[in-house]
Amino acid sequence: MQARNKGSAVILFNIFAYTVILITTILCVLPFWLIIVGSLTDNASIAVDGYHFLPKVFSLEAYKTIFMFPQTVAQAYTVTTLNTLIGTSLGLFFMSMAGYVLSRKDFKYRNRISFLIYFTTIFGGGLVPWYMMVSGILKLKDSYIALCYPGLMAPFLIILMRTFITSALPDEVVESAKIDGAGSFRTYWSIVLPIVKPGLATVGLFLALNYWNDWFLTAMFITTPRKYELQFYLYNMLSSYEALNYMLSSGVTIVTNPPSESIKLAMTIIATGPVLLFYPFIQRYFVAGITIGAVKG
Amino acid sequence: MLAKTGFLHELKKNRVLFIMLVPTFIFFIINNYLPMAGIYFAFAKYDIRGGIFHSPFIGLKNFEFLWKSNILLQITKNTILYNTIFIFAGNFLQVFSAILLSRLIGNLFRKITQTLMFLPYFVSYVIMGVLVYNLFNYEIGFINTTLRGIGADPLDVFNDPNLWYALIPGFFMWKWIGYGTVIYLASILGISEEYYEAAELDGANVFQQIRHITIPLIIPTFIILILFALGNIMKGQFDLFYQLVGNNGNLYISTDIIDTYVYRSLVSNFDIGIGSAAGLYQSVFGFILIMVVNFLVKRKNPEYALF
Repeated sequence: MQARNKGSAVILFNIFAYTVILITTILCVLPFWLIIVGSLTDNASIAVDGYHFLPKVFSLEAYKTIFMFPQTVAQAYTVTTLNTLIGTSLGLFFMSMAGYVLSRKDFKYRNRISFLIYFTTIFGGGLVPWYMMVSGILKLKDSYIALCYPGLMAPFLIILMRTFITSALPDEVVESAKIDGAGSFRTYWSIVLPIVKPGLATVGLFLALNYWNDWFLTAMFITTPRKYELQFYLYNMLSSYEALNYMLSSGVTIVTNPPSESIKLAMTIIATGPVLLFYPFIQRYFVAGITIGAVKG
Repeated sequence: MLAKTGFLHELKKNRVLFIMLVPTFIFFIINNYLPMAGIYFAFAKYDIRGGIFHSPFIGLKNFEFLWKSNILLQITKNTILYNTIFIFAGNFLQVFSAILLSRLIGNLFRKITQTLMFLPYFVSYVIMGVLVYNLFNYEIGFINTTLRGIGADPLDVFNDPNLWYALIPGFFMWKWIGYGTVIYLASILGISEEYYEAAELDGANVFQQIRHITIPLIIPTFIILILFALGNIMKGQFDLFYQLVGNNGNLYISTDIIDTYVYRSLVSNFDIGIGSAAGLYQSVFGFILIMVVNFLVKRKNPEYALF
């Protein structure tokens, strides 16, 4: 009797859980489906009928138009890709060094310095003074450096890196390296870095995602369209018709009547493509980072 | 003769370690500590020619303006209101989905749904702007064409401030459900199997196990996360609000938060004094709140304290 009762509770629970989780998942994915469908719908049909769950009139014209004039998109892609690569590599190098030094128990000031880093998350001068610093004093207006340097380091990622190093590296290893005469940098380079590869992957992916998805720094500092990052390029195209025409012009040729609605969505897919393709394979690193980061504050 | 414990002695002994920290020092000094000097602008009348040394001190005039024009009240109210909804609705939904996922039969289904629920975290806020357009555009948005299809009235979200009290939290929860579920799921999976086995022997069904084991054991995590989120209640989700609402003045009454106001003072009006003042107000209050929260957490359980 009791066993049956238990069995029915399990069935009931699973019916409920499957239903709720399935609906939640559909709600999470549905908007992406609608964007893909919209990008594959004939533009005239969108203007008349609006967006639907399935394309009313299937068409590839949006993608064809974009690939006919790939210069400006390709430029934004290049800027974003290079910025992501350079920023992620430099950031990883700097933050893993910091994480290593701050994990060394024989480094006297590690707690004080950690606090100074952490303090920046609880108090700051605000956006305006920061902007005045970068544009007025550092004179980085319209410079690629303004797109790269602000994302190099983040307190959360330094602390995450330190946690990875502390848990992967027993004190004895550092001690014995010291006895063998290896200097601190040498220990970091040839012992610490190889051991914390999963940590490097996690922190690196957080960094790369931030760089890839950034639109704010372009909005703040960049005035030359050639230097736009991909997300801002997309944002700009969505918000102005002139920007759309800029994209679709290459010197002399200008498209009359561009498929404006479906192009917006096709461009969204193109700008998000790499993330959509890679995220199923890299998400476990984010899961590891979030889990460790949440435990440690 | 140097004291064996002095700073210079440390500097000499650990020369290489200090050098390895140089990029970090430079970064935080330039990016975070030096700009704090710009707090002066909050008390000054900004002069475009001279920067910080030529802008005359005017005391609390900028704050007075913010206060008298009622802006401060409105943006503070919106910031706190939305963050409260985000914190409670967001965490409840995340705990709920983590509990369901943790006891679900079927590993493949769990893996696939959890991965898909994590998807919104990975896309940029600009994409969220596209989603709003795609779903809610008055003429062609998916929701409006569907509503018309069933004979209902379409929603004019860009002219109706009240709808945003639901829309913005909805998109917030959409973006963060996967992220929060990961945290709570980790906390649930940390619960020892033995508790469940013992409960099973005593005849407790799955609902009773959740009620009497899972929920009580994740409540500490839940409370800590809520408390620290409350400490950050003055910090607005700038990207979210800006990409969803943009510069649509019709909606400011229900959607303008401190961060969007500061951004506009800087970018649209170039009103350095006012923007700095609003930003400083936010920083100081946020700082006080975090200190209070940390003090409370520390008294209850020092292990969870931030510092």
